[in-house]
Amino acid sequence: MCLAIPGRVLEIVDERNRLARVDVAGVQRNVNVGLLDAVDAGDWVLIHVGFAMSKVDEEEAQTTLGLLQRMGEAYEQELEDLKGSAIG
Amino acid sequence: MKYVDEYRDAELGRALAAEIVATVEPGRHYKVMEVCGGHTHTIYKYGVDDLLPANVELVHGPGCPVCVIPMGRVDDGVAVAHEEGVIFTCFGDMMRVPGGDGTLLEAKAEGADIRMVYSPLDALRIARENPDREVVFFAVGFETTAPSTALTLMRAKAEGVRNFSVFCNHVTIVPPLRALLESPDLRLDGFIGPGHVSTVVGARPFEFIPADYGKPVVISGFEPLDLLQSVYMVLRQLADGRCEVENQYKRVVPYDGNPQALAVLAEVFELRPHFEWRGLGFISHSGLKLSEAYRDFDSELRFAVPGVRVADPKACQCGEVLKGVIKPWECKVFGTACTPERPIGTCMVSSEGACAAYYNYGRFARERVVV
Ligand code: SF4
Repeated sequence: MCLAIPGRVLEIVDERNRLARVDVAGVQRNVNVGLLDAVDAGDWVLIHVGFAMSKVDEEEAQTTLGLLQRMGEAYEQELEDLKGSAIG
Repeated sequence: MKYVDEYRDAELGRALAAEIVATVEPGRHYKVMEVCGGHTHTIYKYGVDDLLPANVELVHGPGCPVCVIPMGRVDDGVAVAHEEGVIFTCFGDMMRVPGGDGTLLEAKAEGADIRMVYSPLDALRIARENPDREVVFFAVGFETTAPSTALTLMRAKAEGVRNFSVFCNHVTIVPPLRALLESPDLRLDGFIGPGHVSTVVGARPFEFIPADYGKPVVISGFEPLDLLQSVYMVLRQLADGRCEVENQYKRVVPYDGNPQALAVLAEVFELRPHFEWRGLGFISHSGLKLSEAYRDFDSELRFAVPGVRVADPKACQCGEVLKGVIKPWECKVFGTACTPERPIGTCMVSSEGACAAYYNYGRFARERVVV
């Protein structure tokens, strides 16, 4: 029950009660965005028990991925180097 | 799915695993605790532990909100559910949690009106739709979930919904961690911090772990690559002789948390002097109850709640599992008398419980594939 999933905000449907329609992997539902400052269509949010708890920061997501990929590249390079060696 | 699939890439996983192998000292045994049950679940679902070298051991922590609910509180919930005119609502996970007197599922079979909800807002809707009934929401969860209950209560108050109340079992993450760190039977090298709790409280509350206990903490996301990277970051800190709070899950965790969520928590809840945790006993200032301003919505004041303390069954070793002292399969009833269908202890109930994760993903014994 402590799980949370990312979804994309489609539109604010009820300004007073802070409800937004979100798309989560093709499923559309209303969630409460009252725990967040300003939310706009197109924002990605993390959803838990019907509430958006946090906005997903695209830049930070890219940084983390970039870091992972660079580690991947170092590994690939190492693998290539290894393949190239012919220790007798 | 965006923000999910890219963190499940197997090739990158192997690359990270290779980095981890290169970081550890061969002769040293590392124990890293993942605090959160959601992490435990990911680790076994994706076999993250199979990618780790044999001398890096993941120890499962107390961060499964369903697992830590003591028997007596389940009995209290069952008692309220049986009251005349009550509709009792709870998350699906709570239905099979054993109390001293059976489960909510059994109470439902006996005729109590118990309904599973996805969100506390669903419980409030049921209250609106049934003005002549008393609707109770069984609130469980750490700081991740508590703001949702708080906002629901604020809305109930604003709308003047009188037939809605909350049986509050929300808990806070720092006190049990401190209790664990004080316990002599556990030697840990570092922590994988709870990502979703941290979206609310931020990373700052975990600074006491490096400051007072000299252990690294890395707040982690929930995809397999997030976890591998976080394990790597903990090991990197150890290798560098550093010890600090790092945030691997920056894409959703601000260092200072979510100020709105913290504000609603402060408005709706206050700390209990102490709260009982399954297997861990009473921990001071570790549970939340409704504040003075919300006392009219407190089920414990509205109904006669027995409040009897019930000792855990003898066979149950959930306490040791929650503290990471034993592995699930070391419990004598694991997989025999205690299964997800007929759980004896709570760790077998929720998919985030360590015993359920081991059982569901076939970890019956010690052997693991070492790469
Ligand atoms: S196997 Fe069952 S009783 Fe034993 S620790 Fe796990 S949940 Fe508790």
